[in-house]
Amino acid sequence: MMTTKRHKVVELENVVVRFAGDSGDGMQLTGTLFSEAAAVAGNDFATFPDYPAEIRAPQGTVSGVSGFQIHFGHKEIFTSGDLADVLVAMNPAPLKKNLMWVKKGGTIIVDTETFNDKSLEKAGYKNNPLTDGTLTEYNVIKAPISSLTKKSCEDLGLDIKMILKSRNMFALGIMFFVFNREFSSADEYFEKKFMANPLVIESNKRILRAGYNFADTIEALSSITYKVEPAKLSKGKYRNITGNIATAWGLLAASEKSGRKLFLGSYPITPATEILQELSIHKSLGAKVLQAEDEIAGIVSSIGASFAGAFAVTSTSGPGLSLKTEAIGLAVMTELPIVIVDVQRAGPSTGMPTKSEQSDLLQALFGRNGEAPVVVLAASSSSNCFYYAYEAGKIAMEHMTPVILLSDGYIANGSEVFKIPKMTDLPPIKPPIVEAEDLIYRPYLRNPEKLNRSWAIPGTLGLRHRIGGLEKENISGNVSHDPENHQLMCELRAEKVKRVANYIEPQTIFGPDSGDLLVVSWGGTYGVMIEAVKEMQDAGKKVSLAHFHYINPLPNNTEEIFGRFKRIIVPELNLGQFVLYLRMNFQKFRFYQYNKIQGLPFMVKELVDKFNEILEEK
Amino acid sequence: MADVIQEITTLTKEDFTSDQMVKWCPGCGDHAILSSFLKVLPELGIRKQDVVVVSGIGCSSRFPYYVKTYGFHGIHGRAAPLASGIKITNPNLHVWMITGDGDSLAIGGNHFIHLLRRNLDINVMLFNNKIYGLTKGQYSPTTPAGKKTKTSPQGTIEHPFNVGELAIGAQGTFFARAVDNNPKMMSEIMLEAGRHKGTSLIEILQNCVIFYNNVHADVTSKETKDENQLFLRHGEPMIFGKENDKGIILKGTHLEVVRIGENGITEKDLLIHDKYQRDPGIQVMLAKMAPPAFPVVLGVIRSVADFTYESRMDQIILSEMETNPIKTVDDLLNSGKTWDI
Repeated sequence: MMTTKRHKVVELENVVVRFAGDSGDGMQLTGTLFSEAAAVAGNDFATFPDYPAEIRAPQGTVSGVSGFQIHFGHKEIFTSGDLADVLVAMNPAPLKKNLMWVKKGGTIIVDTETFNDKSLEKAGYKNNPLTDGTLTEYNVIKAPISSLTKKSCEDLGLDIKMILKSRNMFALGIMFFVFNREFSSADEYFEKKFMANPLVIESNKRILRAGYNFADTIEALSSITYKVEPAKLSKGKYRNITGNIATAWGLLAASEKSGRKLFLGSYPITPATEILQELSIHKSLGAKVLQAEDEIAGIVSSIGASFAGAFAVTSTSGPGLSLKTEAIGLAVMTELPIVIVDVQRAGPSTGMPTKSEQSDLLQALFGRNGEAPVVVLAASSSSNCFYYAYEAGKIAMEHMTPVILLSDGYIANGSEVFKIPKMTDLPPIKPPIVEAEDLIYRPYLRNPEKLNRSWAIPGTLGLRHRIGGLEKENISGNVSHDPENHQLMCELRAEKVKRVANYIEPQTIFGPDSGDLLVVSWGGTYGVMIEAVKEMQDAGKKVSLAHFHYINPLPNNTEEIFGRFKRIIVPELNLGQFVLYLRMNFQKFRFYQYNKIQGLPFMVKELVDKFNEILEEK
Repeated sequence: MADVIQEITTLTKEDFTSDQMVKWCPGCGDHAILSSFLKVLPELGIRKQDVVVVSGIGCSSRFPYYVKTYGFHGIHGRAAPLASGIKITNPNLHVWMITGDGDSLAIGGNHFIHLLRRNLDINVMLFNNKIYGLTKGQYSPTTPAGKKTKTSPQGTIEHPFNVGELAIGAQGTFFARAVDNNPKMMSEIMLEAGRHKGTSLIEILQNCVIFYNNVHADVTSKETKDENQLFLRHGEPMIFGKENDKGIILKGTHLEVVRIGENGITEKDLLIHDKYQRDPGIQVMLAKMAPPAFPVVLGVIRSVADFTYESRMDQIILSEMETNPIKTVDDLLNSGKTWDI
């Protein structure tokens, strides 16, 4: 079957495909299977699911549309892509919702049989977009997906409704033809998933092939197909990973490396819940997970666990971070290691739970009563979450401080190709644990370099001590209301966090060390920044990128880097939080800002336009 | 092992007495509670480094500073999750949580009921003085309806919680009540609570000498205590009164006070206390009894065996460690769908 192609095969550097359907149409699965086929073909890729906040919003309406976008390529892929080259729309509503995300001239594949009066009305179409000229600028493939799906399995004796549930596999078959994919990974999935039901394995395989054969017979599709050559990734073992899974695994890695058992106290909250779910699975690695009664219990149980000697973590999103505020102050005062993962979403308040934003930065930095400095890190991509979750654990335990790790809904739910690291290649983690009967031990005696106190774990002979939220006397740790002691302790806690800068990697720059414009970004916008800056550099512009993972403290060479560029712009998915922080810290520089707060990621094009505008400014 | 036993059996009150100045008001009920606790700790047969005392905020919550153990003075209302995190992490630790009516029933109400529901093996001492002392005299969730306080100058318009009823309703496996002016009673109950596997809650009727003096006088004073206290012992009939001539019977669906020898009532007609009874009906009714119609019950009202959260969690972890092929993070990283380039 694969050999019957008579058509021209065009090689592409990279392609963006978007699958869109009703919440129940199985678009996430379709996207996942398409991603796996891309992996088998050796492509680099990144994906992003776009689903509604409701579990099953009214069928057929725009609010119930679920989407999955994949960007794959022969070249290195950094984001799930701006606009789609191909949109697969299973019904009218997904078409309506997603048309704005398709490139002009792009291909749209629709199931024509779902474009009836009733569903058009539900989707809010007055006229049929397939016939009223709405789609004249696109290459539209009208496929009778429903009836061909049914037909392919009519002799199997399966229930029609059941067969139609696999309509998504017909669409996947079409895409397999267009991009010259192998069936193997999808077949393996069917065989494993439906092991108990051979008929369903057969029906899915047939429907997938029916879609493939259909594409082969339609001239609009079969005349040209596309091939994306394997990416030039370095040798090694790879997997696909989402940011939330990578975060959970990075935490487990920090636990194993430090020899401290992992404790997670957490409460379900979108889009951070997968971290709680994932860690609940891995009890064989000794991870203890408490699904707490609320966000406060989540962090406070973690502080208790940390006191008792665990590598303690709590995971949440913005509203949960607000609730944890007071307890973070307790961890600051008791100087216990704890990692707080905040998977940011659009706020304020409940905001837009499934949409991404970078608007918790100031809350992470400053949202506590009193002088309560904490270390703040930000992961930059789905796979990078692994390394910064690990780093958060390392800093927390070695410096005895709370660390807030910022992720966001976009990288948390998105996935990308992840080169599997070896545990032996990760840096050591050495918590300052006190030995039994250490006569020198005092609860607030500090390491002279790092200024951290030590970790004296209950159950150890000779180290009984008491800590708490009241101000501590330096060294002894006794309760103290002495004015000078309070000033000293505030300064010590601040200096301890500041000195973390002496133990982190210096800030790196993508591009030349000096130039006309420095793009300064942080967190989950890394992929789009690098693509935009690359585009500028390819056009001969003297533009570089400094993308920050360490927010507090900032790397020691930050100021020096800023000084080497004529202009600096800080694009963020908020109204200007990092730029405010940079202005506070580096008053001699002028920072341009570019802000977007729509619950959507930046697009390469809008960034390039903005960068050019600043370069051209007199 | 012999060393360990030796070490434990020779412990005394002094081994647990901290060098910090006790700063409760003179005459406060807390002093007596602390003294009883320090006496009980050596009797529990635990290594001194395995005891952890945890608290929230309030007068009661200064307690950890005055006990020479590992201690954690937390934030308001959050002693329960703090204690939970400690116990789950290391089930070998012997965790005591010290709290009050404001700390656990108002700001920490949510954590309190969930601690009881999860049945972690944590011992809770709730000092109930029916007032906010540390903030100087506002009403609490246990303040009697109509009581005038700084924030209820015309009298409270709230229905108070009954601690026992709330705790048993939250699936508590152990509930006891003591009074702060009877050290022997407190010690006996603390010892039993310390040995119960599961969350043990002791409500201590404690006097706030400054903001609600004599709050429990009708139960604790010399003049009234015999008539108004009923100390429960498992398997024994419920008898009280100066002359030991009164008792409790179940009449229809409610409890009633009777006089032995009157109307043909004999000791045999009285309710026999059953703290091990899983059905909490009678226990809740007992916990709710109050003067003037009834005495207040003291002693261990409920003590039922059930699995603890941390023991089940450790069982699951052990079994997963044995059966799950993922033994290391390297195994995890290489599990599922991977490919080579």
